[in-house]
Amino acid sequence: MVLKRNVGLSGLKYRGGGPMLAWSLHRISGITLISLLSLHVLSSFFQHQLGNDLATNINIIYESIYVQVFIVFVVIFHGLNGLRIIILDTFPKLIEYQREVIWLQWLAFIPIYGLTVFVMVTRAFGGN
Amino acid sequence: MASRTTPRLGFSFEYLMWIFTRISGLALILMAIVGLSMALFMGARTQMDMGTLLRWSFFPNSYHVVNSDIPDVVPGWANAYWQVMQLIIVFFGVTHGVNGLRIIVEDYMGSTWVRIFLRGLLFLLWIFLFLVAIYVVTTV
Repeated sequence: MVLKRNVGLSGLKYRGGGPMLAWSLHRISGITLISLLSLHVLSSFFQHQLGNDLATNINIIYESIYVQVFIVFVVIFHGLNGLRIIILDTFPKLIEYQREVIWLQWLAFIPIYGLTVFVMVTRAFGGN
Repeated sequence: MASRTTPRLGFSFEYLMWIFTRISGLALILMAIVGLSMALFMGARTQMDMGTLLRWSFFPNSYHVVNSDIPDVVPGWANAYWQVMQLIIVFFGVTHGVNGLRIIVEDYMGSTWVRIFLRGLLFLLWIFLFLVAIYVVTTV
């Protein structure tokens, strides 16, 4: 059975580089996104049905600026990386340049995420 | 190591889900762009902060946001068009996400009873989330 395999810290020595980082981040951000989506659907349902403190508190948690900055990271990364996967799958010849494409992807990610977070943080803490 | 078997070539469930993942991913990005630009067009630029804008344009439902300040934008969204958009977004999002979880389960579980159990659990989660979302969206 696969689960009995014990990789331990030796897994960290695997030098996959950019593609491995993109793959694992895609997977982690995907799990995060479906958890957040379930939380949002459930909290909307509780807000709709009960309107009690539990529902309000879940809403307060994900409306806070700290959670929002994290969610924006996860959403933008998952979206951009998914676009890269779609493009590379559609044009398989590009897979030869996949490391360069991943550098391009980070190059697109940094301004999009940076500007969004800049606007969010300055609005949240700037009192405006 | 008994990992998952290679799916057979041609027209199979795995192939359909592979296609669906790509199409729904593109559709979600497109609908996010449509929602964001329509929110900005309807006046969110001067009335909402960025986080509220993002939350609101993905799921424009008053039960989705409690403490965020959403002033006069609400009337523009209270029609069937945005309800249908919400339902499509939720359907694509939930199916895309649960299918992703299913692929993770197929990757890490051998062919044991745990995999069968988790497959059933994911199917129930999919049905449950979609039904709850339909209820919340349509009964506003």
